[in-house]
Amino acid sequence: MTAMTATVNAAGLRRDAATERRFFLSLALPSLVIVGIGAILPLFWILQQSLATARGDITLVNYTALLTNGLTWRSLLVTLELSGGTLLCCLVLGIPLAFLLASTSPRTASRLMVLVLLPLWTSILVRTYGWLVILRRDGLINDLLVGSGLVSEPVPLVYNFTGTLIGMVHYMLPIFVLPTYAAMRDIDGNVIRAAASMGASLWHCFRTVILPLAFGGIASGSVIVFVYTLGFFITPAILGGGRISPIAIRIDRTLSTLQDWGGAAAFGVFLLLIVAVLGVTALGAARLIRSKPAAD
Amino acid sequence: MLDAYPESRLAHALLWSFGALVLAFLILPTLIVVPISFSGSDMLEFPPRSLSLRWYASFFGSADWMAALRTSLILAGLTAIVSVPAAFLACVAMDRLGGRLASGIYTFAVIPSVVPGILLAIGLFFVLAKLRLLGTLGGVLLGHVVLAIPVAVVVLYPAVRRFDWVQLQAARSLGAGWGGGIVGIMLPQMVLSLVSAALMAFLSSLDEAVISIFVSSGANTTLPKLMFISLRDQIDPTIAAISTLWTGLVVAVVLLFAARQRP
Repeated sequence: MTAMTATVNAAGLRRDAATERRFFLSLALPSLVIVGIGAILPLFWILQQSLATARGDITLVNYTALLTNGLTWRSLLVTLELSGGTLLCCLVLGIPLAFLLASTSPRTASRLMVLVLLPLWTSILVRTYGWLVILRRDGLINDLLVGSGLVSEPVPLVYNFTGTLIGMVHYMLPIFVLPTYAAMRDIDGNVIRAAASMGASLWHCFRTVILPLAFGGIASGSVIVFVYTLGFFITPAILGGGRISPIAIRIDRTLSTLQDWGGAAAFGVFLLLIVAVLGVTALGAARLIRSKPAAD
Repeated sequence: MLDAYPESRLAHALLWSFGALVLAFLILPTLIVVPISFSGSDMLEFPPRSLSLRWYASFFGSADWMAALRTSLILAGLTAIVSVPAAFLACVAMDRLGGRLASGIYTFAVIPSVVPGILLAIGLFFVLAKLRLLGTLGGVLLGHVVLAIPVAVVVLYPAVRRFDWVQLQAARSLGAGWGGGIVGIMLPQMVLSLVSAALMAFLSSLDEAVISIFVSSGANTTLPKLMFISLRDQIDPTIAAISTLWTGLVVAVVLLFAARQRP
């Protein structure tokens, strides 16, 4: 009798648990449906558009046109140069800044952090506009350079590669500093003191103790910077002044100016593949290096 | 960390001056627009020779800019209203289901934040063109909500995970339903996180430019799109006035958050 009740109860409880699971699953539906319609469906639509002719047949003509066009490969090269350059500048500027933030008192660090967060929260258009004002032919920097007699002619700093790179570094630097700073702050101060007491110079300690211990943060910051910048549009569109054509700019031009939907879609799939391949490779490489014993 | 090396004064000085330069690099473009916005001349001169409020007048007096501002504020409000409840429910689902299902939902929900904006923009352009919804408020709203959901999920998930579900079990044993328990017991404890999530969703929509550039048009043109168009054509100091107002808003929000973190 009691055994029977127990099995009946168990079945009932399982039923209840299943109902509850379904109920909780249904709570996730609104988000899943919105992301499905607003992000996943559009990505599939790009794929469909890239493979379809006007009459609805399947064709590879958009891809052959894309891959045989020299401009495609030139724009890929510019994209990689911009992303690589941005990453390099973020490493050079961001690691010392993160080290400084991690070395100060928490109070000072949180004050300085406001200066790092402020641009992160500022509209990209506001920041781009600020750079235009600074870098223009008659902008702040050229005024200073010409005024001080260092150069006789204004230096072209914007509407070219340099201007685009400056804008992109400015955009990505706070995003790079955050994980790097977090990793450095978590380093046990006693480890540094131990290294110092054993006679390691500051540079030696930085190279062999601090950098390896902060590697996780630096690596994730680097992956974010490199992969994120592959699809950059606003900065090259304004600070590049039409002379710099990374992939995102070429997609826009193919779609808006040439009205070539299939071509733009194929270019979109091309970009997605590059982001996926480079993203997975970078993540894998970072994990591989991290899994190696840090003692050597 | 540097305190282990009190004697290397030179290193301290170098690091501090380098850090100061980098911080100046970070805030300079945001600060430079403030004096320019009060300039009295048509030229972008720095420092301005005469002061005036004419660029603010030109912003608030322009029907185009005001329409764009209105569109952007409505969109940002709607984005917060739609994305925060959706993200909250997804967080509850993830926390209660746990395991693979939870990480699956999480991964799916944050996909929009890792896909390049230009791809979401042209994909949405194709879909909305097919549905004849290009240039409608609903079309842009969909794009903005999609981008705001990952933001809201990232803010809300830790707060939902911290919640002690025993309280809800107690309420349920006393006869409350799941819905009543969540509204009556859970939400009041999470007001701060919900407000932060709503604020972040609002700001993410207000700031969004790429999707707007491709799918908003006509009466539903957003402020960033109009700024983008006018920056591409000529450098209008009106944008300095808009930028200053915008930065003022952001500074207020950041200071608010900083004050909250340091109770």
